[in-house]
This record gives sequence, C-alpha cells and structure tokens, in this order.
Amino acid sequence: MGPFYHIGSYIYMLKALFVRPERISMYWKETFRQMVDIGVGSLLIVAIISFFIGAVSTVQFAYNLQDSLIPMMYVGYVVKESMILEFAPTISCLILAGKVGSNISSELGSMRLSEQIDALEIMGVYTKAYLIGPKILAAITMIPLLVIISAAIGIYGGMIAGILSGYVLRTDYIQGVLSFFDAFGVFVMLLKSVTFGFLLTSISCYQGYNAYGGALEIGKASTRAVVISSIMVLFADYILAWILL
Amino acid sequence: MIEISNIHKSFGKQQVLKGIDSVFHKGKTNLIIGKSGSGKTVLIKCIVGLLRPEQGSVKYDGQEFLTMTVNEKKEIRKQIGMLFQGNALFDSMTVEENIRFPLDMFTKQSMSEKVDRVNEVLAKVQLKDTNHKFPSEISGGMQKRVGIARAIVLNPKYLFCDEPNSGLDPKTAMLIDDLIREITQEYNITTVINTHDMNSVVRIGDNILYLYQGEKNWQGDNEQLFYTDNQDLTDFIFASEFLQEAKEFRLQNWKNRKA
Ligand SMILES: Nc1ncnc2c1ncn2[C@@H]1O[C@H](COP(=O)(O)OP(=O)(O)O)[C@@H](O)[C@H]1O
Ligand SMILES: [Mg+2]
Repeated sequence: MGPFYHIGSYIYMLKALFVRPERISMYWKETFRQMVDIGVGSLLIVAIISFFIGAVSTVQFAYNLQDSLIPMMYVGYVVKESMILEFAPTISCLILAGKVGSNISSELGSMRLSEQIDALEIMGVYTKAYLIGPKILAAITMIPLLVIISAAIGIYGGMIAGILSGYVLRTDYIQGVLSFFDAFGVFVMLLKSVTFGFLLTSISCYQGYNAYGGALEIGKASTRAVVISSIMVLFADYILAWILL
Repeated sequence: MIEISNIHKSFGKQQVLKGIDSVFHKGKTNLIIGKSGSGKTVLIKCIVGLLRPEQGSVKYDGQEFLTMTVNEKKEIRKQIGMLFQGNALFDSMTVEENIRFPLDMFTKQSMSEKVDRVNEVLAKVQLKDTNHKFPSEISGGMQKRVGIARAIVLNPKYLFCDEPNSGLDPKTAMLIDDLIREITQEYNITTVINTHDMNSVVRIGDNILYLYQGEKNWQGDNEQLFYTDNQDLTDFIFASEFLQEAKEFRLQNWKNRKA
C-alpha cells in the first residue's frame, strides 16, 4: 500500500485520539507511567550524548579561534547558542527516535501480535486513545524537559572540555555563556522539542499499532519507526528553521 | 442467543468464510470446529467485530450488531468476555491488575469492592495466592484461568474462547473445558468456543458447528456426532485409529441396545 494510504490512516489515527475517555483516571495513570518511561528511561543516554557534543563543539571551536583576535569567551557563547538552537533539540530527538521510537513500536507491536490490543477492543476500550494518547502526551511534556537538561549538560560539558584542553578559562567560558541571553532561541528550542517529540512518538505508535504477522514483523515495524521518525525530525527541523529564523 | 447468517469474509483473493449461518444458544457451550486454518478464529473475530465481514448479519439477542454505531457496539462489548488463544494478558500488569482492569475502566466501585470481586472470580477459576504475580511467572494453565477470570469479571452475557486448551496438557485441558462449561451453565451465558481438540468436542459439545472449506459442513451435538454419515466430518473427528475404534465400539453398543 502506497504512502498516501499510510498518510491517510496516520491522520485517521490522530483523529481517533479525540474521544471522551471511559475513565479519565486510567488515562492519567497510563500517561504517568509513560512519562516515567520516556523521561527517566532516557535521561542517562541524553545526558551522556549531550556532554560529549558540548565537549566536542568547544574543542573544535576553540581550536579554530586559536591565533585569532576573537576573545575566547566567544567559545562559551557559541556553544550555548548551538546547543540551544540545534544540538539539544535535534540530536536529542534523533537519539530518542532511536530509543523511545523503537521501544514504543515494539511494545505496541507485541501487544498487537499477542492480541492484547484485541482484548482491550473487546472490552470496549477506545484502544487508539488509550494506548497512543498517553504516549504522545508524555512525550510532548517530557521531551522538552529532556532537551532543556541536554542543553544544560552540553554547555557544562563544553566548559569541562575547555578547561581540560587548556584552551578556555573557566571564567571566560562562563562569561560567554551568560552574555547575550536570547529568549527567542529558548522558545525555538522548546517548540522544536515539542514538535519532534510529537512526530517521533506518533509515527512509532502508528508503526507498532498496525504491525501484523509474526515476530519478524515487530522488528521490521520498529526499524521503520526509527527510520521514518528520524527523517521526519530532520525534515521538521528544516521547515521550522525556514519559518522561524 | 447469538444468530449469525450469511457471513462472508475474504483476505484479498482468499475467501475464508463463504456464507456461514448458525445459532449459538444460551447456557450452552457452542463449539466451532474445523482443522487449523479453516477460519475458526476469523469467524469469531467477525462475530465480535474485530474483523468486518463483507456480508452477513450478527444478532445478539435479536439486536443487529454489524450496523451499530461505535457507541452502541461499545455497549454490547461490555457484555462480551473473550478468552484469546495466547491469553492476551497484559504483561506489564499483575494477575490482580489484569482481572481488575475491566472494573477499573468501566465501573465506579471502590478499590476494596474491586479487589473482593477479583478474589471472587479467582476463586471461581480455582486460583489462589497468585494476585501479585506477573503473567510470565505462572504456568500456561494458570494463565488460561486468569484469562477466563478477566473475561467473566464483568458478568458477561456472551463468552468467546479461542482454542482454550491449545498448548495445555490433556488433563489441564479437560479441567479448563469443565470450568468453562460450569461457568456457562451457572451464569447462563451464551458461550462460543473454537477448538480442534477432539476431547473437548466429545465432552462439552452441546452444539457443534463444523467448518469445512469456508462453509458450514455440519451442525449437531456430541451425540449426533457418532451417528453421522457425513464423511468429511467423520474423517476429521475420527482421524486416528484409536478414535475410529472408539466410534465403532460405541456404534456397536448402540445397535446392541436397540436390538
Ligand atoms: N489478518 C489476516 N490477513 C490475511 N489472512 C488472514 C488473516 N487472518 C487470517 N487469515 C487467513 O485466514 C485463514 C483462516 O485463519 P484462522 O481463522 O486463523 O484459522 P483457524 O481455524 O486455525 O483459527 C488462514 O488461511 C489465514 O491465513
Ligand atoms: Mg485459530
């Protein structure tokens, strides 16, 4: 079936999320569980990766500034700006597309194959709303938080690398970070992370929810989830940059 | 009572069901039998609305199900319990949470009322001290019982079981059959069971529908089964020599009694 079929049924799936829940407390409980899963579950990997991205940016930028007249405090400034505008939201969400995306799609895929989704359907539960809604809600609240943490750790990692390599003084770096505070940049970061979070969870849910066949299919569905979400995250990044900047 | 008529279902070019008619009675264990791949699961899924047949009608106590709106269907579904072939227990939840789930979702009972009800159905299916175990920590037979408990916790009027004793040893399979039959009679439920287990057919076949090549080939009860001259059915049921001999022995007795 062609891409138009999938786009159509993806939109149909999103529409099916807007129903009156059978029991709102059950939906909250599930949302909370997903928030813990997505948030706490991804904290470590996001932290590690952000630290190194900050570190690498610092070393590379400082190396380029060597022997120039530009003061080293600009390293702090540039690392902050690039973490906030691009690295924190985009790279974190690409990592999350891999981790959370494959998680979600294999969870839903195995629920589909083991007929757990059918069992919910038979009970009279709105399965799309109950299984997908809480995941999306959890993602669009937790992913921005993760991205904020990512930016902070990236900036911190940059400072450590600057000090260790001897290129940048701690005070210079901090001065650079604190100068030219740009609220719009932070807004862009949050907007990106909400958008990317929404895309990567909804796409992964679509793949998992509609999996059928055998165990092999679950694997294929999660691969598709990761690939398509990553592409869509980058595509949305491009569109947002185009609109906003 | 559930009445189905003229159910047609195909996947692509493959016609799985070619116009099935049947009636499933209240308080009885109604069996759908047929070799594997004959469309038993597809038929059950058409009846409960997990699959949409291209043609046909499904009536729950006279109400046409297939043309209902989503919300009307939800109301019927609250009266349906279903036991799936692989149990379909929620693996992130404990036994108690699994069984409590329909209560959590659809009733306003207090926690203690719900837990009491869970323990009541657990006692009904003869499971004790498993409340806080996860499905992966209990045996296949116990998982079946949990599946049954979850299916009946809301006092359904209709119970569907897809191969309830697949993957169980013969003794456990028999206990599960007896349990389903006992529940059916005690609560006067319309129960529909898919099976290809000849033991079940003979023990609990109150009303048997035989599917063959997408059609209803035969319908009757477990007595009539022995005296039928339908060759397809006989070949299917009495496939083994052992069963063939059992059948002949029984027929002989019957003739002697008549003589
Ligand atoms: N979702 C589906 N898509 C395509 N074919 C299916 C689907 N479900 C069942 N079938 C086909 O329908 C036939 C009957 O399957 P099924 O009802 O599961 O048999 P059984 O009697 O063993 O329960 C099989 O040939 C199966 O391949
Ligand atoms: Mg089957």
